[in-house]
Amino acid sequence: MSVLVYTESEKGKFKKNALEAASYASAVAKMLDTTVTAIAFNSTENESLGEYGVSKVMNVSDDSLATFNAGAYAASIAEAVKSTDAKVVILSSSTDTKYLAPLLSAKLSAGYAPNVVQAPDSTSPFMVKRTAFSNKGFAHTQIDTEIKIIGVSNNAFGAHENKVDVSVEEISGTADNATNDTKSVEIDKVVGKATIADADIVVSAGRGMKGPENWGMIEELADVLGAATACSKPVSDLGWRPHGEHVGQTGKPVASNLYIAIGISGAIQHLAGVSASKTKVVINNDPEAPFFKAADYGIVGDAFEVVPQLIEKLKDFKAQNG
Amino acid sequence: MKILVCISNVPDTTSKINFTDGDTKFDTNGVQFVINPNDEFGLTRAMWFKEKQGATVHIATVGGPSVEPTMRKALAIGADEAFRINVEPTDGFYVAQQLAEVVKNGGYDLVIGGRESIDYNGGMVPGILASLTNMNFINSCINLEIDGNNVTAVREIDGGKEKLSSALPLVVGGQKGLVEESDLRIPNMRGIMMARKKSLSVIEPVDGLKATEDKKFDKPAPKGQVKLADSVDQLVDLLHNEAKVI
Repeated sequence: MSVLVYTESEKGKFKKNALEAASYASAVAKMLDTTVTAIAFNSTENESLGEYGVSKVMNVSDDSLATFNAGAYAASIAEAVKSTDAKVVILSSSTDTKYLAPLLSAKLSAGYAPNVVQAPDSTSPFMVKRTAFSNKGFAHTQIDTEIKIIGVSNNAFGAHENKVDVSVEEISGTADNATNDTKSVEIDKVVGKATIADADIVVSAGRGMKGPENWGMIEELADVLGAATACSKPVSDLGWRPHGEHVGQTGKPVASNLYIAIGISGAIQHLAGVSASKTKVVINNDPEAPFFKAADYGIVGDAFEVVPQLIEKLKDFKAQNG
Repeated sequence: MKILVCISNVPDTTSKINFTDGDTKFDTNGVQFVINPNDEFGLTRAMWFKEKQGATVHIATVGGPSVEPTMRKALAIGADEAFRINVEPTDGFYVAQQLAEVVKNGGYDLVIGGRESIDYNGGMVPGILASLTNMNFINSCINLEIDGNNVTAVREIDGGKEKLSSALPLVVGGQKGLVEESDLRIPNMRGIMMARKKSLSVIEPVDGLKATEDKKFDKPAPKGQVKLADSVDQLVDLLHNEAKVI
């Protein structure tokens, strides 16, 4: 028996959430006095998982699985669960992983607890703390099935180095896609830019920007910080910005280290969606904006004056601090 | 085409969340319940298939009698018939098994649920339901076109979107994008009157696996006072030296 973790990679390289999932798996394995096995798909840097407590990597090398396919990936992960006799399966919270998790849950008749924020409360009974009510609360969820699946929230548990000896086994995939017949036709993805899911910093703007033509300074601020751009719901509803940027209760959740909200008043739905961010900064000309009650730092001022000043200041800061 | 839209009865997005009974239950006192927003985008897309492609639209909800006003609202928006599975929806795996019975008995071509409910955020019911009924599954779906048996869909991915081809029978985990916010419908008086006469059948639950149990709830720790900076210089200094995030 071991703990199995699915470590997600992109173009062969592990994503940040994969290292967080591996670290979480390592913490669970310690509680259960066992080891961690990882399953990866077409990864080229498998040994690096040893730094995060993974003692064995099963790497599925299969060109037919170069593009994510929820049914086929879930089938291969289920095979690995069986071959390693794993009783606990650790996943991340990426969009792809949340797609395959319920398929895996059904295949293994395993209880699935998503959005878990810390190491298990206990392993007997198996209890985890996860966000619920769109970050307005937490649930302590007991998983009662023999096999347990845990989805770890982005940027909650963190990646922790814990070096162990690691072995790598190349395996073939289970191309059994019969149970979920979907084919990827086209992927439209921004390359070379931080995404809301992975970014350490997210710069977000709202209706206070007055119109889509004023987003240049938001994008410039994001560029200076290496941040992802996001927006409030009204901005996406008005078509000023693409839907993919909408963050909040019915949009994407944000769990960055730093979230900068510009011209966003802070409706309860928006605050819920971004509350998992560690440090929140608000820039708004209305000192009564509800966001000031939820933020750590703020500037009361006109975004059209403050943001250009902030860009200049940060450029100087970056030049001095590398 | 026969469509089933699975609807979850959830607290309105503006609700303040409190817990009761020693923090073991969600406190429904003073809370307005609505159709789960992700499900409502799916229901509205289903209405489009009804009007443009002659589809029949049924809805199903797992819950006690208190969920019926939300179901009547879905009927008032235009669904034709409703099924309520008479049991509290405490676990996603169990809920999916209940809905799978409705799907098997009803012979649906397309099942639409929300990507997740905004209360318990499990995000698992559509996917488990698809597996239990051997239907194809597309999650986080933001565009859906159906021509005969052929499906063309777009799903959201981290940092972009992916176009997929698939086939009926299909289960979709829906969200905003399936239709726009401005496409959502407020039931009119005629719809509300007609909804009263539409069939809402109550079905008793089948035995199923209860995989998880929420034992206790907490609220986030109260937030400290915001620190207001007088200048961008001071803000950058605070973010660098105090918060250590830049």
